[in-house]
Amino acid sequence: MKIRILVIASMCLSTSAFAGGYRVALQGQKALGMGHTGVAMTDSSEAVFFNPAAMTFLENDMDVSGGITLIDSVIKYQNQTANVAAETDNPMGTPVSFYISQRENEKLSYGLGIYTPYGNAVEWQKDWAGSHLVNNIELHAIYIQPTISYKLSDDFSVGFGPTIVSGSVDFNRNLSTSLIDANGDRSNVTLKASNVTAIGYNVGFLVKPSNDLSVGISYRSKVVLNARDESADFANIPASLQAAYFDTTFNADLVLPAELTVGVSYNLNSDLVLALDINRTYWSAYENLDVQFNNAAGTSLNPRNYNDANIVRLGAQYAMGEDLTLRAGMYFDNSPIGDGYYTPETARADSVGYTAGASYKVSKQMELDFSFLMLTFDEFNGSYDYYDQSGTLVSFSGDYASSVTTIGFGLNYKY
Amino acid sequence: MILMKNQIIKLAGVAIACAVVSACDAEFDNPISGNTGDSGTADLSKFVTIGDSITAGYADGALYLAGQENSYPAILAQQFAVVGGDANFTQPLVSDNLGGLLAGGNQITDNRLVLDLTDPTSPSPVNLTGTPTTEVIGSGLNGTAFSNMGVPGAKSFHLGAPGYGDPAGILLGLSNPFFTRFASDPATATMIGDAAVQAPSFFVLWIGNNDVLSYATTGGVGTDQLGNTDYTFASYGSNDITDPIAFGIVYSGLVGALTANPAAQGVLVNIPDVSTLPYFTTVPYNAIPLDQATADYLNSNPNTIAYNAGLQAAVGVAPGFTQEEADARTINFVAGQNAPIIEDETLTNIGAPLIRQATANDLIILPVSGYLGTENANAVDVTPPAGLPWGLGTPLTDGDVLIPSEIAAIDTARAAFNTTIQAAADADANLILVDSAAIMQEISTTGIDYGTGAINADYATGGAFSLDGVHPTARGYAVVANRIIDAINTGFNASIPAVNPGDYTTIFVQ
Repeated sequence: MKIRILVIASMCLSTSAFAGGYRVALQGQKALGMGHTGVAMTDSSEAVFFNPAAMTFLENDMDVSGGITLIDSVIKYQNQTANVAAETDNPMGTPVSFYISQRENEKLSYGLGIYTPYGNAVEWQKDWAGSHLVNNIELHAIYIQPTISYKLSDDFSVGFGPTIVSGSVDFNRNLSTSLIDANGDRSNVTLKASNVTAIGYNVGFLVKPSNDLSVGISYRSKVVLNARDESADFANIPASLQAAYFDTTFNADLVLPAELTVGVSYNLNSDLVLALDINRTYWSAYENLDVQFNNAAGTSLNPRNYNDANIVRLGAQYAMGEDLTLRAGMYFDNSPIGDGYYTPETARADSVGYTAGASYKVSKQMELDFSFLMLTFDEFNGSYDYYDQSGTLVSFSGDYASSVTTIGFGLNYKY
Repeated sequence: MILMKNQIIKLAGVAIACAVVSACDAEFDNPISGNTGDSGTADLSKFVTIGDSITAGYADGALYLAGQENSYPAILAQQFAVVGGDANFTQPLVSDNLGGLLAGGNQITDNRLVLDLTDPTSPSPVNLTGTPTTEVIGSGLNGTAFSNMGVPGAKSFHLGAPGYGDPAGILLGLSNPFFTRFASDPATATMIGDAAVQAPSFFVLWIGNNDVLSYATTGGVGTDQLGNTDYTFASYGSNDITDPIAFGIVYSGLVGALTANPAAQGVLVNIPDVSTLPYFTTVPYNAIPLDQATADYLNSNPNTIAYNAGLQAAVGVAPGFTQEEADARTINFVAGQNAPIIEDETLTNIGAPLIRQATANDLIILPVSGYLGTENANAVDVTPPAGLPWGLGTPLTDGDVLIPSEIAAIDTARAAFNTTIQAAADADANLILVDSAAIMQEISTTGIDYGTGAINADYATGGAFSLDGVHPTARGYAVVANRIIDAINTGFNASIPAVNPGDYTTIFVQ
């Protein structure tokens, strides 16, 4: 079983990475198998992310989980009127996660989580039809979260961890829909920022009214990455503009929105666990991606005006004998993007995710985890209507179709 | 429980299968890829276009290689070829991207314009430097006829004029060097003859722009030939408005020549309103900003005071001179935006200069932006008010401004031309009309959203018009080509695919 799945996995490394908004919900292999539920699950140290309060309810004194997910994504674009089509060639996304939870005593556990809840890797063909909005973008945000969890009573626990966030971004787009240099090459700008840090927190509450029922709430705070004096490289600038559009620095604020999760898990019997989570992501904090350049380019206004959005997640886990656990789940992800704000770096419609997973015990302490996700998006016709072309707002519209499939591997060690 | 277990296993299996074979890759319900199109009832096997600079692919004040390669006829031919149409469409390509012409080795037309942005506060179009290589005499292109018979500067009646490419007439201004370059026989051939001899199965005729445009771009210094019965056109100057009846006679001859084969199909394109072109709309009528002190200084000029006083004194004295005209002609500068003083030959002659300040009903031509408000180095006869700057001390001349009477003359002629063109299209079931006047109107008012972007008529920044302010950019030509394709698709039940205008260039920055 183990070998066969590894073979399947290696065959999947065919194409590329993540589509959609930049919340990448792949923070635990066990959770992902169950539709990325987990706020009320108490079976692994993935709880450090999903609900710190659950750490005190873990079975073992020490629980370590680590995993990597490989993301294959594509966005396809076409415009019927202009008779033009394009498709991303995204690099493979490889978000990782690592969690450790250690029991200090009956009431207190502490631990550490390292995870990447936000990210984006979209690569369109250079100078494609929407190149004035984005040629390529790569966004990473690593969260490091030292965590404590404390049982206030036998059936009620709280958990808290500050998050130290380090972000990086690499973003290229053309300066306009038309500007070229003497060689006919499109003028473009590359924004690069790395090690942009900020602090947030993750807090959770878990109550177990009975042995079979858990109810959890967690809240991960908003984090704003303030990029200051980072590098902006202008390329292929026509000669007479070079004195004004020189390589410079830029300032920009990138919002990683807050997320509230409430959920329950229920042991239907000794073999079967059902889980339900509802996420609310406070995307309304993402109002714009304005970039202030320290040269004649001035400030680039890029309104986004996302809306808060909910995700409903369902999962089930079935213990198939001593060594093998199977999981399945699905979720309904509502797009935070309003009409007129569909940009090709996060062209995202409502989606439905189907997940599956498995764990296989190789020893009493060691378990191998696997997860699969197939995210299906509605085909939709959308536009971004706020591109400022010399004072006129110009629209970029078309049909978008996207898909994401991921495969993940993890190790869970407990004693 | 068994049922639940089976469902979990099944779902897991589906997800695994998807991940492995990528079978769940995103696909459109109606993908445009593989859309091969269809020519419908249109016979596109031999495609010929004939017209003026617009048809030639002229832009940025010159005919240069990239402009020709992105001319609307070239775009049409390329898309026709997709549906099995004429794959051998030929154009008389020039030799370089500088765009200037040589006649006998001497440069006779300017290189193309590029925008110089060295001083961001005053972007200025400048001619690209360099020695052009396109020789019009003995070009090696003579002897055959080209599919694209667009000749910059051609008016309707030039198309049937023998010797319109005669090299002997170039320097005398009697012939057209662009046609000299590729006429089948420069001394004798006519444009329409070279087009018709190819027996097009499908053609585009877009002529008549210059029958009003040369008058307009020179500020109306030419003559409105309305009513002139000289159908040899010998009495016409180069910047005159063609008489509509003469235009009608010429136009029906052109259509007749192109439809000598009764099965020939084609597109007739009408004439846009000059006021939709940035050449006439970029310089506002009140372009001169003044502060109060400067306005007071100008108003205190004794010549201004004398002129204004003379106007009031002449009311009721000079025949036909009204208080209304006196007030309209009174020169007065204020703090804020001010209209320049212009010459207006239609004003009542009261022995004073025929000048007034411009109003919103006047159109100031684009080249004036280069010297409006700057000192007139050549001024000798300083008319009131004294002081030399153009528009403040020196009136803008007749050739700088289209005044309402001139605009009316242009509109009258253009409306008549378009009636003629519409009637010709209506008279033959094989011909359709493309309303370029409506297209240009749309560009100049709302702009045209082509899906992946948009163009409007703003000078230099709008994307539709090249730096000469009259001719489209390659992107503008692509939008026009798409509209012609739309019309053909409708008129001939075809489904010729469009192009993405965003793939085409706009203006060029130095």
